[in-house]
Amino acid sequence: MKIRAQFAMVFNLDKCIGCHTCSVTCKNVWTNRKGVEYVWFNNVESKPGIGYPKEWENQEKWKGGWTKLNGKLELKAGGRLKKLVQIFSNPNLPQIDDYYEPFTFDYARLQNAPLSEAAPTARPVSQITGEKMDKVTWGPNWEDDLAGEFASRSRDQNFANVQKEMFKQFENTFHMYLPRICNHCMNPACVASCPSGALYKREEDGIVLADQDRCRGWRMCISGCPYKKVFFNWESSKAEKCIGCYPRVENGMPTVCSESCVGRIRYNGIILYDADKVLQAASTDNEQDLYQAHLDMFVDPFDPKVIEQAKKDGISADWILAAQKSPIYKMAVQWKIAFPLHPEYRTLPMIWYVPPLSPVQSQIDQKNLPTESDGVIPKAEAMRLPVKYLANLLTAGKEQPIVDALNRMIAMRSYQRSVHVEGKADLRPLNAVGMSEEMAKEMYRYLAIANYEDRFVIPTSKEEMRLEDYYGFQGQAGFTFGSDASTGISPNALFPQRRKDTVESRQMAPLAESTHDASGEHY
Amino acid sequence: MSVMKFFFAVYPYICLTVFVVGSWIRYDNQQYTWKTDSSQLLSKSGMLLASNFFHIGILSIFLGHFAGLVLPHGLWLGLGINDLAHQWIAIIAGAVFGTMCLIGGVMLWSRRMFNPRIRAAGRKNDAFVISWLMVTLLLGLATLPFSIGHANKGDPAVMMALADWVKSILLLNPQPELLENVDPIFRAHIFFGLTVFLIFPFTRLVHILTAPFSYLGRAYQIVRTKRA
Repeated sequence: MKIRAQFAMVFNLDKCIGCHTCSVTCKNVWTNRKGVEYVWFNNVESKPGIGYPKEWENQEKWKGGWTKLNGKLELKAGGRLKKLVQIFSNPNLPQIDDYYEPFTFDYARLQNAPLSEAAPTARPVSQITGEKMDKVTWGPNWEDDLAGEFASRSRDQNFANVQKEMFKQFENTFHMYLPRICNHCMNPACVASCPSGALYKREEDGIVLADQDRCRGWRMCISGCPYKKVFFNWESSKAEKCIGCYPRVENGMPTVCSESCVGRIRYNGIILYDADKVLQAASTDNEQDLYQAHLDMFVDPFDPKVIEQAKKDGISADWILAAQKSPIYKMAVQWKIAFPLHPEYRTLPMIWYVPPLSPVQSQIDQKNLPTESDGVIPKAEAMRLPVKYLANLLTAGKEQPIVDALNRMIAMRSYQRSVHVEGKADLRPLNAVGMSEEMAKEMYRYLAIANYEDRFVIPTSKEEMRLEDYYGFQGQAGFTFGSDASTGISPNALFPQRRKDTVESRQMAPLAESTHDASGEHY
Repeated sequence: MSVMKFFFAVYPYICLTVFVVGSWIRYDNQQYTWKTDSSQLLSKSGMLLASNFFHIGILSIFLGHFAGLVLPHGLWLGLGINDLAHQWIAIIAGAVFGTMCLIGGVMLWSRRMFNPRIRAAGRKNDAFVISWLMVTLLLGLATLPFSIGHANKGDPAVMMALADWVKSILLLNPQPELLENVDPIFRAHIFFGLTVFLIFPFTRLVHILTAPFSYLGRAYQIVRTKRA
């Protein structure tokens, strides 16, 4: 057993209103530069829809993620040799038009145009060529709120095994939002696809990063990621991806997308897992068993044996405490209401989703839907969103875990309704799904109230403890004389190292009592 | 110093020195700029043929030059390849891979010159280096009729003189006089070819030096730690 901590998130789709605040804040912080205008580390898709880039879920087209080949786990696009053979021209690489051609508008025209009968227009301008565009034909969220005809939207892969024709009718249509970021997978296909070894997973928190210095632009990660969340900066010709806002996370702050979420749907925390089980879990034969195999990788942070092993593997006491208080552990493992996105890609993604309830209020009012014992809240199977669709999205098509999760969420609501509306706790819905009153109350607090301190439990990385010469970096972020924030030590350096250790006392001040935890370890 | 002496006894050393030292400095200090500069994302059409033909062609040509001009003469004789056979192999391989490289290269060149996206996103440096390589290639292909003429006469002397000159440079004993009697087209090709080494560290060509063969022996997953 080798215990590692993973920074993870849960998105509660039941509360996502599709406002795109997450996308906008992320863009303003990380991708408002030339070459990445078209890049959205965070985007919100309207489902059903083909998404961004177009049809990203169609792995027969893009060959992203992993597959089982002769009983062995292999990259779907082919192994190492095939990658090198295809290195001069990657046949699976999307073209920028599959995302969209980045554009701005000729706003000055609105003020400079000579006097005319008709109002002047600001024509779109390509941000690549600088030329006027005839027409903007696709954008980062072209299908917003089910825009466009059903025929196009229904190419959505999650309609597999769903009789989709009936959802063409307005009366039967359904809709949900799917915010997406890099999944910081435990078995990342982008890392495995990189010929130069520039992409890597961080041992400490599992955040997956692209080393900008080592990236040579072989562009295999772009197609290797089944979620299409590694992007090619066409200006720098390097791979860029969501960095999990690590400069914030390392300091105990939530990611920008999570912090700015007005619906409070995003939960940040860590979860402990057994790193020795990665290959075994990702190689699970039946793709419908991958969700369970993924769950089985997580370890119980309250188990003394786990704690002992975690400490041996270099995880500090406050991280173990954070794992115990983690909202991710609660929702994914204890309550089983959160699920990984497309586990069948075998990357073991670590952004999990609480499926949305989609009650049809008017139908309930007319008593046309089967309801729970309270006569008000409909049964999971009677929701507007087909369970099969959610299952295709979150459990490789296995419906039971989704139904169970929806039922638990419904039972919690039904119970809370009895408390707040009837003024008398009705335990029947809880008993029907085997939930305790305490769990229902806690779920209510986490899902409905979603306090800041419940949503975000993020231990700091303690950089100051890691660096031997921590004074050496003081006041240098953003202002350096080359080699940026690294010491630039390389045994084969052509030029002598510039950096010398600073002259400062590095004796630690004696620690106060209050910083000792129960085990006597200080942090 | 005569022109011959400068171009074929001094210039090669300038080029090779700049090639080695320049690449080393860039690798050491400018890792971020060390990249393929792929533009496939902006325009994919035709790249399957163009890029593969160009790269396979040019790499084969480079290896062919290395084998024919740098590896010891005795090696080929030992393998039973006499000088005339050597010349014919060089002519045929050069023609095949040269044509391949030409087809791919012209496609890439015209894409870089006339595709509005590639033109807008590319740098002057990119246009220059592909143009230079194409001129060098055309000069190389233009030597073929001369080589065929020599081979038909059963006289590999020019080829031997070229190989001896290359070896004289590499053995630090430059003998520019070896090139005095070869056809001028060879000298032009040599000058353009040497200049590729001179410009190499300042262009995207550097990506050749980090061809990712180590990927073949690497574990798929990479985990880096910050813990000391």
